[in-house]
Amino acid sequence: MQTVTGSLIGMYHICKRELWLHANHIRMEHNSELVAEGKQLHEHAYPQRAERYREIILDGSKIDFYDPYDKVVHEMKKSDKMEHSHVAQVQFYLYLLRKNGVEGATGLLEYPKLRQTQTVQLTNDDVPVVEGWIRDIKRIVDREQCPGRIAKSKCRSCSYFDFCYVEEINE
Amino acid sequence: MKQPKYLFNAGRMSRKDNTLKFTPVDEAGIEGQPRYLPIEQVGDLYVFGSLDANSALYNFLGQEGIAVHFFNYYEHYTGSFMPREYLLAGKMQVDQTKHYMAAKKRIEIARRFVEGAANNILRVLKYYDNRDKAKDLTEAICLIERLLASVPMAVDVPMLMGIEGNIRQTYYGAFDAIVGQTFCMDGRSKRPPQNELNALISFGNMLCYTACLSTIYHTQLNPTISFLHEPGARRYSLALDLSEVFKPILVDRLIFRMINKRQLQPSDFRSEVGGCVLKDAARKRFVQGFDEQLKETIKHRALGRSVSYRHLVKLECYKLQKHLLGLEEYRPFKAWW
Ligand code: SF4
Repeated sequence: MQTVTGSLIGMYHICKRELWLHANHIRMEHNSELVAEGKQLHEHAYPQRAERYREIILDGSKIDFYDPYDKVVHEMKKSDKMEHSHVAQVQFYLYLLRKNGVEGATGLLEYPKLRQTQTVQLTNDDVPVVEGWIRDIKRIVDREQCPGRIAKSKCRSCSYFDFCYVEEINE
Repeated sequence: MKQPKYLFNAGRMSRKDNTLKFTPVDEAGIEGQPRYLPIEQVGDLYVFGSLDANSALYNFLGQEGIAVHFFNYYEHYTGSFMPREYLLAGKMQVDQTKHYMAAKKRIEIARRFVEGAANNILRVLKYYDNRDKAKDLTEAICLIERLLASVPMAVDVPMLMGIEGNIRQTYYGAFDAIVGQTFCMDGRSKRPPQNELNALISFGNMLCYTACLSTIYHTQLNPTISFLHEPGARRYSLALDLSEVFKPILVDRLIFRMINKRQLQPSDFRSEVGGCVLKDAARKRFVQGFDEQLKETIKHRALGRSVSYRHLVKLECYKLQKHLLGLEEYRPFKAWW
């Protein structure tokens, strides 16, 4: 049985094929530069964070920075664009908290590169929506067949780019 | 950036914190100046001299995902130390096995490897046919084209292997027309190679095989489940399948180029009871040439960016994976330059 995680929620909102491949463990060799950059962001962007924030694991999914006093989920994105998938991921965390008895938590998306933040809420109406995502993800991942590609223009930064687009061109 | 390291001299390798320490030892047993290799810069190790190492070193290499390939005195590949696989995927593994088990699915992929090999062989021959009017390769080209056309008719793997064998024989028969002034092919001999050209081909093919093996290791493909070659022909038989496609481009072209530029000459070889071998300096030059070939880049037409020859092998793995997952039919890499 597939555990739905924050990253799967994010992928679900970007590309179903990426979601399927990742969940079926078909992953590309680490692009060491990208991984290193992400790690550095976590370690150096806010060195003072460790004292206040906790890493918590709920239903197998990890929330990196949770502030239990103010009940705020912090999520940092190195992206230079705000995206719906980021919001969805934080809403999923809020959903997990709510399901585990924490009422009224909020989320804060941080974009150090953009020097911007965005608050994220989970309303009563959002709950069934998130539950719909979770069901859908499980359905997609369990399917025998890998979903199709999305528009190439959106694929440029994806780690599966070479995998998805390599082909032999007829002469 | 990780790079393969080639160890030509005898010596001792050990772990020193997060670096590899290599101490050359000469024939009299005298130690030379040690060299240090930071681990994050080391790709696979290719061992041509005798290597002294302990299990702590292999544990470290295994943990870092670094393979070690061994060659004996006669430049024969003798085996590899392969680290534990780290990219396992159940789904991929099952699909690969299914395609091997079902005869119809297996032959489809096997045919593609032979087609890929034949197409790239033709590309090499046509290049030399066009370049030098004196060398007439028309007959070999026509025969290989006819053999290639008969590939779809092969109903099982032994029959396909027969066609493949005929293609290779015709191809090697044409080598004399390309480098005949300096070297003589005189038929293909393998174990041991009886003359200089055969020694070069065998050695080059082994380098190609290990390059394919290393690449497969960095994907979810299982290197022991193959389609054209029988699993068990060699332990990592999928690397044999893949290298069929790349040998003409990576190895044979390099051989012709180095011979024509006089970077390899008959005096670079030594005949021994165990066969013909490259002398140390020439072997080094050839391995260097192969390494540079892998690093060279071309503009990939489907991806729209430059990729190295080494990455082409990786891309071939992706295409095979997509075939096995039922996404797109595998079409082998076809050199277009
Ligand atoms: S490259 Fe594009 S189609 Fe392929 S997984 Fe990534 S986003 Fe999806």
